[in-house]
Order: sequence, then C-alpha cells, then structure tokens
Amino acid sequence: MSLRTPLGKVLGRGSAGEGVGHWWVQRVTAVALVPLTLWFAVSLLGLPLQSHAAVSQWLGRPWVAVFTILLAVTLSWHSWLGVQVVVEDYVHGKGAKTTLLLLSTFLHFAAAVAAVFAILLLALSPA
Amino acid sequence: MNPRPLSPHLGVYKFMYTMALSILHRITGVAASVGFLAFAWWLMALASGPESYASAMRCLSSPLAKLLLVGFTFSFVFHFCNGIRHLVWDTGRGLERAQARRSGAVVVVAALGITVLVIWLGCAALARGAP
Repeated sequence: MSLRTPLGKVLGRGSAGEGVGHWWVQRVTAVALVPLTLWFAVSLLGLPLQSHAAVSQWLGRPWVAVFTILLAVTLSWHSWLGVQVVVEDYVHGKGAKTTLLLLSTFLHFAAAVAAVFAILLLALSPA
Repeated sequence: MNPRPLSPHLGVYKFMYTMALSILHRITGVAASVGFLAFAWWLMALASGPESYASAMRCLSSPLAKLLLVGFTFSFVFHFCNGIRHLVWDTGRGLERAQARRSGAVVVVAALGITVLVIWLGCAALARGAP
C-alpha cells in the first residue's frame, strides 16, 4: 500500500513537499550560464579595465546591459540553489542551518538587486 | 529523537580522485558564490562614479585581493568545466567508470589551462586604461 496521495503522485511530489523543480532549475540556469559567462568573461578581458569611462560605456550599451542583467540574475539564482544544497547536506544543527540558509538568501537577493540596479544606472544615465 | 544517519555518508567510501573532483565541485561552487558578491560590489562601484571605481580597483590590486582573484578565477573555471561534465552526465552519457575518470582528467587539465590563460589576459586587461 502506498501512503502517497493521488494528487501528490500527479504533482511528482516526494516527502520534501516539492517536486523536481529545484533540481531542474539548477540545470536550466547552468545551461544558460555557459554562453552568458563565456560572453561576459571574453568581453571583459578585452576591455581596458582601469578606465571607468570605457568599462561603464560598454556596460551601458543596451544589449550589453540586457545580457549582463540576465547573467547577474541567473548567476545569483544558480548560486542560491547550490549554496542551499551544500548547507542542507553538511550543516545538521537546526539553528545553524536556518541561520545560514537565511543569510545566503538575503545575500543572494541583495547582490542580485545591487547588480541589476548598478547596470540600470549605467545604462539609463545620460552619457 | 535518536540521531539518525543522514546522507551524504562521507565516511563509507574508498577515496578516489573522481570523488575529490565531486567535492571540489561543491567547494568551488561556494567560492564562486562569494565571487558573485564581489562582482555585485564591483558593479556598484562602477555605477557610483570614477572615484569609487578607482578606489575599488585600488582595493583589488592589494596582494590579498590578487590572491583571492586567482582563487575565484580557478574556482569559477573549474566549476564551469566540471559543470559541463555534470550536464553531459544528466543526459545519461559518460557514466561508465573509465569514462568518468577520463572526463575528470580532461576537466582538471582544461581548468588549469584556462585559469592560466584568464589570469594572463586579466593581468593585461587590468594594466590597460589607467587614468
């Protein structure tokens, strides 16, 4: 006899109360990050990095801004999920685990918002 | 409640280098997460104007920051290469023991080579455009 409810079976849910969503988003963001990080790293390494004008002008270009925002959001999402798995696997104390997961969530959201906001400032400020 | 065994059971495996790579994937992933925070900080400095960008770049030129940058670069590059290996595994390919060992060796060589290349190009990029 199975103790799983019919609805739980249909939704693909296990004992954790969620389906394969976490695993799947980790892969989708990984696939997206391959071209995004390659493009960004190659572009950045071609820039004169000490020049504020050159770097901010490049980041403020419309398509560069769009893809850098996609990079920042995807990176933060992938990183958030990954750190969550590591904490859940190795930190067993309830208090420490909850504290670390909260801290990681706050830091990832703060960093993502800061990155997006900085890119928007560069893209939208009158040159 | 009794303390019950929790996965992963780290103590029950014989040590193999494929296992070391698996652990390294997690360690480099966490390190790259810290690198992402630094990336957001750098973007904010860039958006705050030439003075804050210049002081951020001065901050990045300290010996400790350089060491961290090298560490972040290796972490990111290794995680990138080994991540592609994981994505291939997710399609059900390359899971035989010999294949996994070979792809592991390829990842290590590729990660070290690309890290050296990125550091070399990065040093050149950091030397350009000084005001």
